[in-house]
Amino acid sequence: MTPSARRWAFLIAGAGLVAFYLWGLTGLPGFGDYPGPYGFILNQVAVGQTKATAVVSAINFEYRGFDTVGEEFILFVAAAGVSVVLRHLRGERDRSAMDEALGRGAAPTSDAVRMVALVFTGPTVVIGWYLATHAQTSPSGGFQGGVVLATAFILIYLSGQFLMFKRVSPVALADAAEAVGAGGFALVGLSALPLSMPYLSNVLPLGHTPGAIDSSGTIALISLFVGVEVAAAFVLIVGELLEQTLLVRQEGG
Amino acid sequence: MHILPFVVVAWILAVGLYGVVTSRHLVHQIVCLIVVQSSTYVLLLAVGYVTGAVAPYFYDIPVHTPAVDPVVQALALTDVVVEAAVTALLLAFAIQAHKRFGTLDPQELADFKG
Repeated sequence: MTPSARRWAFLIAGAGLVAFYLWGLTGLPGFGDYPGPYGFILNQVAVGQTKATAVVSAINFEYRGFDTVGEEFILFVAAAGVSVVLRHLRGERDRSAMDEALGRGAAPTSDAVRMVALVFTGPTVVIGWYLATHAQTSPSGGFQGGVVLATAFILIYLSGQFLMFKRVSPVALADAAEAVGAGGFALVGLSALPLSMPYLSNVLPLGHTPGAIDSSGTIALISLFVGVEVAAAFVLIVGELLEQTLLVRQEGG
Repeated sequence: MHILPFVVVAWILAVGLYGVVTSRHLVHQIVCLIVVQSSTYVLLLAVGYVTGAVAPYFYDIPVHTPAVDPVVQALALTDVVVEAAVTALLLAFAIQAHKRFGTLDPQELADFKG
């Protein structure tokens, strides 16, 4: 299909899409008029039932915790998929950029970049850890915290070099952390079964003060496991993508 | 009835789709797909919005304060995670396509299949 034919097909299909969208829009409640009742009911009962003041976390890790297991394994499988797709193929070997550009040294990392990365690495770890461990309190949780924690590793990559990144995040350790995070979530769910309760029931003590660090039982624990899993998954994915810069296809290989 | 947020959704979806259709570079095409998916965040959050209500976090406010729908916010979180996973996989495929065929132009890549 030529580009212009494709554009015409898109415009015709797009006109149909717009028509259906406008038609659907007339059936929606207006912006700001969410009719409920589902969200309103959860807002009313979640704090009392789970002792978590963050209703979004209570939904993710409790009311629809089973969906979140699937969601977490999507990320797990994606990290595995990236590793498989980017595996060393026959005829590829590690080669540094220096071999490719003889006589042209790689530009050194500027002091400004190095300084900023150095200053931000510590606070980034603290913020990531805070987010991953306060899912029950405030707008945070394992997914957000895990991504911020992974950012700390990427800052290390920016400040130094790829080899340092490999040293602070060895693939074996990240692999293990990812497995512990994903498996931990599944096991927390299973721990309810011996007590003859449904999968992912909140079996831990809920605490007394809503939103406190020891409140909400399994919500806080699951969030922590998710944080470990997400951080490890992103470190693995970014590491795999960066490693490709060292890989080139061998001539005639 | 305010429809501006829903118009914004349609616009983000449209420019993203147009980018996917007309893209001449796989990485650009993947970014366009991210733009398409971004429209779903706006849609989800717009559907659950309640005029004058607060975020569904009751740490320092009474439980009966009117708050927006938390369910769509949880769904938006799922949306972001899936998008990150899909993007990572697609970028990996783009790297392999470049290694195998030496080009990232979708038009040229289509010619290779024959």
